[in-house]
Amino acid sequence: MKKSLKKYFPLFLLPTLAAFIIAFIVPFVMGVALSFTEFKTVTDAKWVGFDNYVRAFTTDSDFLHALGFTSLFAVVSIVTVNVIAFILALMLARGIRGTNFFRSVFFMPNLIGGIVLGYIWNLLINGLLSVNGVDITYKTQYGCWGLVVMTNWQLIGYMMVIYIAGLQNVPTDLIEAASIDGASPLKTLFRIKIPLVMPSITICTFLTLTNSFKMFDQNLALTAGAPERTTQMLALNIYDTFYGRMGWQGVGQAKAVVFFLIVAVLAFVQLRLTGSKEVEH
Amino acid sequence: MNLIKKLLTAMMAVALTAGSILTMSSCSNTGETVTVRYLNFKPEIADKYNELAKEYQAETGVRVIVDTAANNTYEQTLMAKMATDEAPTLFQINGPKGYANWKDYCADLSQSELYQHLSDKSLAVTGADGKVYGIPYVVEGYGIIYNEAITDRYFALADKGTAYKSMDEINNYQKLKELVEDMQNHADDLGIDGVFASTSFKSGEDWRWQSHLTNLPLYYEFESNDIDLTGNGTDEITFKYSDQFKNILDLYLNNSVVDRKLVGTKTVADSMAEFALEKCAMVQNGNWAWSQIGDVSGNKVKSENIKLLPIYSGIDGEESQGLCIGTENFYAINKKSSEAEQQAALDFIYWMYSSEKGKQYVTNEFGFIAPFDTFDDDEKPQDPLALEVIDWMNKDGINSIAWNFTIFPSQTFKDEFGSSLLKYAQGNKKWDDVVKDMVSSWKKESSAAA
Repeated sequence: MKKSLKKYFPLFLLPTLAAFIIAFIVPFVMGVALSFTEFKTVTDAKWVGFDNYVRAFTTDSDFLHALGFTSLFAVVSIVTVNVIAFILALMLARGIRGTNFFRSVFFMPNLIGGIVLGYIWNLLINGLLSVNGVDITYKTQYGCWGLVVMTNWQLIGYMMVIYIAGLQNVPTDLIEAASIDGASPLKTLFRIKIPLVMPSITICTFLTLTNSFKMFDQNLALTAGAPERTTQMLALNIYDTFYGRMGWQGVGQAKAVVFFLIVAVLAFVQLRLTGSKEVEH
Repeated sequence: MNLIKKLLTAMMAVALTAGSILTMSSCSNTGETVTVRYLNFKPEIADKYNELAKEYQAETGVRVIVDTAANNTYEQTLMAKMATDEAPTLFQINGPKGYANWKDYCADLSQSELYQHLSDKSLAVTGADGKVYGIPYVVEGYGIIYNEAITDRYFALADKGTAYKSMDEINNYQKLKELVEDMQNHADDLGIDGVFASTSFKSGEDWRWQSHLTNLPLYYEFESNDIDLTGNGTDEITFKYSDQFKNILDLYLNNSVVDRKLVGTKTVADSMAEFALEKCAMVQNGNWAWSQIGDVSGNKVKSENIKLLPIYSGIDGEESQGLCIGTENFYAINKKSSEAEQQAALDFIYWMYSSEKGKQYVTNEFGFIAPFDTFDDDEKPQDPLALEVIDWMNKDGINSIAWNFTIFPSQTFKDEFGSSLLKYAQGNKKWDDVVKDMVSSWKKESSAAA
């Protein structure tokens, strides 16, 4: 049995591998190649070298602004999402009444798609701001904080579930031992619980980081960059470049490659950083 | 063992479906007859196009497949479809800019039958070589749509502040302004929330201002400078008539159903619904908006009361100005399709605009004002806005404004100007800065597109 499994293992891998190649490797390679061309349709391209990359950074400052705004947004939401999700997880891991109910309720926003979520929050925030007689397009700050609030609302539940799983894996004997030794709850939290849930923290920061960097539909539905593209994030900027000007598809593609490199490097650095803090138990 | 069994079953299922898909696609490829693929721009009449395609197949045996791009996604859809084996043979470009974008795909239409029947040959899109690459298939017009029931109610008011007795007297900006402002003062008596519908400035919903309204000052600017629109004289502009543009925009914003700080979330559909429900008396839009007025549930406005007024903005001699008449819908034939397919597509569009059945669909179902001499005078759409457009086109001493926004440098320019106007409307940007940014954005986008 074991033997035949080993023998046929490549065969069984084939469908998944084929799907991975067709749906991921091929488009990825094509995408990178297209960023060096001027193209109208993906099968009809002309080589232009690094022109697109130069144009991406020189024509206007939109791309850099979007990069700055996205970074700012990512920092804020990584901190808020993870801190709040962790606090909620701590509360719900204690087995208070209705824990299961609360867990499901907090998780639910994650099941709603980005565009719908964006429109709902657009309505909510506009309703709130209408007290002052304005709407979300009135100031950059409104759109920026709107995005942060919405992202929190969407991601906290998901991160919370991961943190709860992590907290439940903390051995109770360790916590008992700590309390017998007279450690305060705060000390138990920082010296025992947090080091032991480091793997969950790694995963959660990774997910929030990539999610906030790649955010597109929520951005499009909530602010669409208003006012004057100041709340435009990287993915939306790439989309607008692609369709905003005649013959600029290649530039949009070049921006997308730069975008990929940024996300990849950031995610790699973050995984190394938080991964190194993980402890074995 | 169980796992392996499951895997095997799954694989079999995959193989089966894949197999059936393959056989299905090979079936469609072996067909002898040519097929015309059309990528339709107008989702509102997609069903009617499909009906027409069925009629055509019944009559001639040629299959026409009509695909429709969702609202505002034509370029994206076309770009994706062109890369496939099922690229459309018949598609549309939106004017000279659209031609520049798709010129590698546009076949020469100079010899086509449909072009020979085009009433006004100057409407067609021509390339630098003088050949015809796009045939306009509909003529559209826009202006200020008003509800005559409400304006009549105003003229009958005992305490009105103006001396006007009918809309016929309104023939320049000064008069329009007096009328609108006094109507706004009497909004409660007239049973409306404001004279103009919301000035929709939500992103993607601002084309009535950044394209259509902007067309007027630029039309006059190009005309006064005697610019050749096909040359590169349009690479830079000065926005000479920016004050007039501001006049009319302010009139819209200040006499509206909503506060000018709240226009950033309004959509075109909002505006048209407000008009249909008689919450306002006027809205800037074109004859294509008839369905958006007529189909609103709870619609109160009667079709015989819907009229059009030119957009007066305070330009000298505008008493003789008419509506903005033109189109951004031009048929183009994909020259990368086979000869037979190209010919089939040409036959189809010619049939559509010359046969009895085709013409009946074009006028009555699609509601197009067709620019071809194959149509008699009585073969015109009967919806109130189309009738108004035809009426204004035929008025003596009235000059229509051409649609020059088809040569605006890029979508990015329109988006930038639109968001700049929104900031102005909210009171967060000075008008001088709006003008300055508009001029520099135009210049930047003209050079970027080159």
